[in-house]
Amino acid sequence: MDYHGGTYDVIVVGAGHAGCEAALASARIGAKTLVITLNLDMIAFMPCNPSIGGPAKGIVVREIDALGGEMAKNIDKTYIQMRMLNTGKGPAVRALRAQADKVLYQREMKKTLERQENLTLLQGKVERLIVEDGVCKGVITHTGAHYYAKAVVITTGTFLRGEIIIGDIKYSSGPNNQQPSIKLSEHLEELGFELVRFKTGTPPRVNSRTIDYSKTEIQPGDEEPRAFSYETTTYITDQLPCWLTYTTEETHRIIDENLHLSPMYSGMIKGTGPRYCPSIEDKVVRFHDKPRHQIFLEPEGRETEEVYVQGLSTSLPEHIQRKLLETIPGLEKAQLMRAGYAIEYDAIVPTQLWPTLETKLVKNLYTAGQINGTSGYEEAAGQGIMAGINAAHRALGREEIILSRSDAYIGVLIDDLVTKGTNEPYRLLTSRAEYRLLLRHDNADLRLTELGYRIGLISEERYQKFLAKKEAIEREKKRLQTVIIKPTPQVQEVIREAGGSELKDGIRAADLLRRPEMTYEHIRKLVPADEEIAPEVAEQIEIQIKYEGYIQKSLQEVERLKKMENKKIPEDIDYDAIQGLATEARQKLKQVRPLSIAQASRISGVNPADISILLVYLEQGRIARVSNE
Amino acid sequence: MTEFDTIAAISTPMGEGAIAIVRLSGDEAVEIADRIFRSPSGKRLRDVPSHTIHYGHIIDPKSGRIVEEVMVSVMRAPKTFTREDVVEINCHGGFVSVNRVLQLVLANGARLAEPGEFTKRAFLNGRIDLSQAEAVIDLIRAKTDRAMNVALQQMEGRLSKLIRELRQTILETLAHVEVNIDYPEYDDVEEMTPRLLREKAEYVRGQIEKLLLTAAQGKILREGLATVIIGRPNVGKSSLLNALAHENRAIVTDIPGTTRDVIEEYVNVRGVPLRLIDTAGIRETEDVVERIGVERSRQMLKRADFILLVLNYHEPLTEEDERLFAMIEGMDAIVIVNKTDLPQRIDMGRVKELAGGRPIVATSLLHEQGIDELEKAIADLFFGGELEAGDLTYVSNSRHIALLEQAKQAIEDALAGIDAGVPIDLVQIDLRRAWELLGEIIGDTVHESLIDQLFAQFCLGK
Repeated sequence: MDYHGGTYDVIVVGAGHAGCEAALASARIGAKTLVITLNLDMIAFMPCNPSIGGPAKGIVVREIDALGGEMAKNIDKTYIQMRMLNTGKGPAVRALRAQADKVLYQREMKKTLERQENLTLLQGKVERLIVEDGVCKGVITHTGAHYYAKAVVITTGTFLRGEIIIGDIKYSSGPNNQQPSIKLSEHLEELGFELVRFKTGTPPRVNSRTIDYSKTEIQPGDEEPRAFSYETTTYITDQLPCWLTYTTEETHRIIDENLHLSPMYSGMIKGTGPRYCPSIEDKVVRFHDKPRHQIFLEPEGRETEEVYVQGLSTSLPEHIQRKLLETIPGLEKAQLMRAGYAIEYDAIVPTQLWPTLETKLVKNLYTAGQINGTSGYEEAAGQGIMAGINAAHRALGREEIILSRSDAYIGVLIDDLVTKGTNEPYRLLTSRAEYRLLLRHDNADLRLTELGYRIGLISEERYQKFLAKKEAIEREKKRLQTVIIKPTPQVQEVIREAGGSELKDGIRAADLLRRPEMTYEHIRKLVPADEEIAPEVAEQIEIQIKYEGYIQKSLQEVERLKKMENKKIPEDIDYDAIQGLATEARQKLKQVRPLSIAQASRISGVNPADISILLVYLEQGRIARVSNE
Repeated sequence: MTEFDTIAAISTPMGEGAIAIVRLSGDEAVEIADRIFRSPSGKRLRDVPSHTIHYGHIIDPKSGRIVEEVMVSVMRAPKTFTREDVVEINCHGGFVSVNRVLQLVLANGARLAEPGEFTKRAFLNGRIDLSQAEAVIDLIRAKTDRAMNVALQQMEGRLSKLIRELRQTILETLAHVEVNIDYPEYDDVEEMTPRLLREKAEYVRGQIEKLLLTAAQGKILREGLATVIIGRPNVGKSSLLNALAHENRAIVTDIPGTTRDVIEEYVNVRGVPLRLIDTAGIRETEDVVERIGVERSRQMLKRADFILLVLNYHEPLTEEDERLFAMIEGMDAIVIVNKTDLPQRIDMGRVKELAGGRPIVATSLLHEQGIDELEKAIADLFFGGELEAGDLTYVSNSRHIALLEQAKQAIEDALAGIDAGVPIDLVQIDLRRAWELLGEIIGDTVHESLIDQLFAQFCLGK
């Protein structure tokens, strides 16, 4: 029965990690927002690892927080364990990772959504979009309700024509046996979208009471209290450990013997799986010489005995999975609670998107998260907040917001997707960021709070605190650059103790801090500041002064990038009217339709000569408009 | 980002004109020129007003040696040909030194301009009339076609194979560092330690140095080894010249118009091309009694790659001989003790001492004795006694040399970082830069390959 369900500024389809951020950002900006999800009990569900963060991903969570998003705050309220990774390495690659209480995480997020002003939650299945003249005007649910909006964001994850595969069993399903979304996928094809088939997988879960932990190694959380959000002030001190065990030769023998039963190898799975997330059968086949693989046992929460067997992702038949568990020290008697499975799903070829995440094909339609070919909660949430901001801005007639590769990992992620596309589920890695020294865990606020405040997602109070911190950093840096440390016996003593060579002459405090053995603590002892220096200010001073040379080098490269970004390409440029472009370059440019010379130069198949020709034409266009009939 | 960096080229036609100009254009033009320019008054180019010209020297910042005496004009944007900052270095020392100035400019941050690139910039910056647009596009297209040909040739060449191998070594190292960062908990991946990283970086540096050495050798093969014969009057300099020339059919070239008006002769000694400098000088002064002697030698030495120092077997060493030795301190040289047909009066022990390990050959040029030994010594010196001319992969292209120099610098930076205790993931930035620079040589800078390597090399995942 078709009926008019209501009119909104923004509709978000899906309430996973992308959908939640999109809906909250949109509502908080002031757009009247509706979020429709298949199952209200599955808001912000974690179908795979019960964890948030890690290298690159953890920095994305910080960035979401600096922009006024929710993921950081939500995990800070619900973690069971928190660790800072890569502490032995440089500041650029440090990252937080939390083990989540999966159930609490969902409940917290649902509460936040429910209590958000301007936001309506609705259970339902969106099957069609209302598209008129290439413009998206709303959605239609399976019950026939028509909801209208100025912008629509689709965040349907792995639900699009999802199929679960275990051994030789295959059935239509979303993750964790939820309803799949089949009609929407068909509808997107109807609209002309190019879809690809991707695959991912998850390991079995076992009951904690049946694990013999004495055969495993304990992996505790950090003692030092840590948080993702810059606003978090209280910490959960009661942490749960994870446990480490290993596969054995026996495990590998069973896999070898039963490989023919794996849908990956029998040809049943056609979708492309991610290389960074291989199944255990993949690992054994590809790295046959390795005698064992790590298995991490991760509790799924405080109120459940379910344990996630990280490292054992598999789509082998259930009875083989049971056999595998029996060969792993500590899991010999483990009760299987849920079998691991592979899931295949449709994703949109992401080069069909503008850097705002709006589709090129249908105006006012945005997509975010796993539907865009990514994997990971953090990658989804990062896209979600950007799609939410841009959809709300479109609805309210405001500017488009695009993060550059030098602003944030989120910028790297989205630029990679829309410029290069991806032929496997895309995961962020620190090595994808060319300016990772600038995109640090510690300075996410310095990079993005200003923007978050400007678009109205950061409160005045938080912004004032941020400004005060920024000023404190500058003041103290300036002081260290002027104050001279003289070679007094006390100074020499401190330097000697730190393992450095003694001063011959007076030295500026900043220069002394640059010595590898010196820390800001030392300097502060030698020349105390007049004011109280907060730990987060001290951290910035130490990093900014110590690594100034490297930071400067990166900043120079960013300077050059910015120049190329400032050479804008009109959206309606006619590449066929440009003589001299190589055929491959012309095709790629027509497909990607880059918005700047910088973006164009990152497209594979577009070489420097093509860029030069493009520049010549752009220059010509400034005087005598490029023809685009 | 090739559109916005600073470019440089020799902007005067080869072989014409008394003055050659190295022109730079781009944001860093003044800064780059400043790095290699020394004014007698100590002023810095970055401080001088626009559209002014300055006298001084180009020096090699690494060795501190003077390369050339120059006039430098500084013209700041926008009132320049390209509408960017432009610096013109006016050299007068012939092509060899102009080339050296260009190499220095490239080693200090500029990129060699493509054909027509100054014009293109002028156009892009709105300086040139629209009607020239098509011509500019033709130029760009022609350039790529040519570049394609060159690339194809290199694909088959050993150079690209060597560079590929080198890049693979760096890539594996990078992947190793990356995997430690992105998968900190995977204990079966060995942790990349500074010591391990240093080993790799030093290996790569060594390989790049080898390639650069072939560049030097390649250049010599093309241009000839600038060789100067020095010695007191009447020791047999012109006999030596004649002996080398007659044996090897000298080609006498005359380069008019250069201020020094030098006559050069090319001889090919067992595959080593020698460009004998100031042969006219030797021919003039040898007959006329000791007129210019040491002073003239000093002038010539500045431009030499290689020295033939002639001594008289029949006379004791003089103070002047000792001064000549002092002048060639640290240079490649062969010492020739001539006139062995006459009784020995020279102190050979002292000669050996002064030669300091450099080869000594006894000759009697008058009787054509010892010439074979001399030629062998020259060939050994150049080829290191092992290599044959046809065997080497020569790096010859200025762009390649500049990229190799920059890659080497990046590796040096990485090593300096390791020494200073900088965290590995920062050191890695310089290593990655070296990898990218080497990639530019063979036209391969695809970013994704690092990630491919990561997953091919290590077993990762949940």
